[in-house]
Amino acid sequence: MNRQSPLRRLFRHRNALLGGAIILTLVVMVACAPWVAPYDPLDADLTRALRPPGGEFLLGTDEQGRDLFSRLVWGGRLSLLAGVSAIGLALVLGTATGALSAYFGGWVDLLVMRVMDIMLAFPSILLAIAITAILGPGLGNAILAVAVVNIPYFARLVRASVLSIKEQEYVQAAEALGADHLRILAGHVLPNALAPLIVQATLGLGWALLDIAGLSFLGLGARPPDPEWGSMLSRAQAYIQVAPWVVTYPGLAIMVAVLGFNLLGDGLRDALDPRLRR
Amino acid sequence: MRNYLAKRLLLTFPTAFGILVLVFVLMRIIPGDPARLMAGERATPEQVAAIREQMGLNDPYWVQFARFVGEMATGDFGESFFSKRPVMEELMARYPATVELTLFAMVIATVAGVLAGVMAAVYRGSILDHGVMALALVGVSMPIFWLGLQLIILFSVKLGWLPAGGRVDPRLGWQGSTGFVIFETLFRGEWTVFWDAFRRLLLPAVALATIPLSVIARVTRSAMLEVLGQDYIRTARAKGLSERVVIFRHTLRNALLPVITVVGLQVGSLLGGAVLTETVFSWPGIGRYIVQSIEARDYPVVQGGIVLIALAFVVVNLIVDLLYTAIDPRIRYS
Repeated sequence: MNRQSPLRRLFRHRNALLGGAIILTLVVMVACAPWVAPYDPLDADLTRALRPPGGEFLLGTDEQGRDLFSRLVWGGRLSLLAGVSAIGLALVLGTATGALSAYFGGWVDLLVMRVMDIMLAFPSILLAIAITAILGPGLGNAILAVAVVNIPYFARLVRASVLSIKEQEYVQAAEALGADHLRILAGHVLPNALAPLIVQATLGLGWALLDIAGLSFLGLGARPPDPEWGSMLSRAQAYIQVAPWVVTYPGLAIMVAVLGFNLLGDGLRDALDPRLRR
Repeated sequence: MRNYLAKRLLLTFPTAFGILVLVFVLMRIIPGDPARLMAGERATPEQVAAIREQMGLNDPYWVQFARFVGEMATGDFGESFFSKRPVMEELMARYPATVELTLFAMVIATVAGVLAGVMAAVYRGSILDHGVMALALVGVSMPIFWLGLQLIILFSVKLGWLPAGGRVDPRLGWQGSTGFVIFETLFRGEWTVFWDAFRRLLLPAVALATIPLSVIARVTRSAMLEVLGQDYIRTARAKGLSERVVIFRHTLRNALLPVITVVGLQVGSLLGGAVLTETVFSWPGIGRYIVQSIEARDYPVVQGGIVLIALAFVVVNLIVDLLYTAIDPRIRYS
């Protein structure tokens, strides 16, 4: 039997460490953007447009002569913040939905879960596109759309946990001792659902980054001149022939970040949830 | 068996109905007055009011909803604000392009994914295994529209091997009757057009296939490993069967169930991914049309396109479930 603590297992997981290191580096980099970025990300100068990487500009310049590296660093702020906001929102709303649904049971539960099923019947990016199309383009609406799309995953997880824990003896004991329902839910039931939620949130962050980048690429998310990884790609498409670097680096940044979350998420699952280990 | 089929078929109706409810609600939240949108910028208030009445926007919501369901059920998706033609007609003109693209991507993803997964499992722990798994991880971490752009840079701009977009060279002057360029030209033996269309299909299909391919490879590998540990595999080997027979006839067959499930689930990611891929490759399918219609605020088209894709996904899931019962007799009896 493996009786190490989850934290210890996590630290011995090579992929998780790699993923964690990637995320940590990115977070430090974007947090210190004013010091890391050598130029102003919005400072346009057409005389130095589309300079190739190397020399004065580490990764070259874009079509308006803005330093690509600086834009990537500042863009990372926006992209990561957007991903975290979307998943944070989905986590809160999904947990509330799942917990209340399981708690009330009966036709409320049936109705809520059917709605979740129907949301899952849409390809996620398509539903997100539909929601942003309706709310109107903009990073805030894109975040909201990606959050809504992710609610069912959290709701299902929490609901299943609550249902399985509700009948356990210690929960019934707490109830017999006179604890009110909200207290039981928050104090006894939810902490037990924590491990799968953390895993889902980490892996979900990767998906959220991809979906938000996709929405921005389609012109439904962040708007120019704001640097955001997806919208940077959208603008750069026109320069694919003459300046392939402007199309390459923003996508590379997205990939590295998503890879980091995927590695960390897989590792967390192995460490936190031994039942899911293969 | 018949009971199971009936139950499964009946279950698709609430889902389809739910999709309609969701789309109906979403389309009513749109800020702004649809009648004003349809009338255009310069319409007088009287004209807008007339259109409101004509569109039935003054009726109670439940009447509007009942009408909406009736229209959707009969394939009446309304009229495009932009082209003034029936939405259904516009969508039908574009869906063959999407079907060919997603179908081809699915074939690539399934064949390559299963093969990669089998190899990784058979040579477990080898460099090959690690390589396949690393690539699969990178594959699910990439924005596919970005991969599409990279493929264009490499194969069209740098190497000049493949065209960067479009479905068939307009200079060939091809006029098909079905819209399925690949199938139709193949069937009729029109090789010049077929070859051109095939070369154009290659890059978008590969880009679109990447995520499902990676997922299928991972699932195939773990399913194979599970079966390889079973007693009957040891028996098969002990009998002296060749390794090829053991792997493909005994192991792969039993490992196929989870693989089929995941192939079905990936159709969703394909249909969603098609929106992005079609945009990158100027592919004249439904996905790109929806994006263009969002930009043009052509809501009937957006609504119809989304309903169509969601329903396609539901139908595919149904087919997968039925396939599942055909392959695994155990399910019929549970």
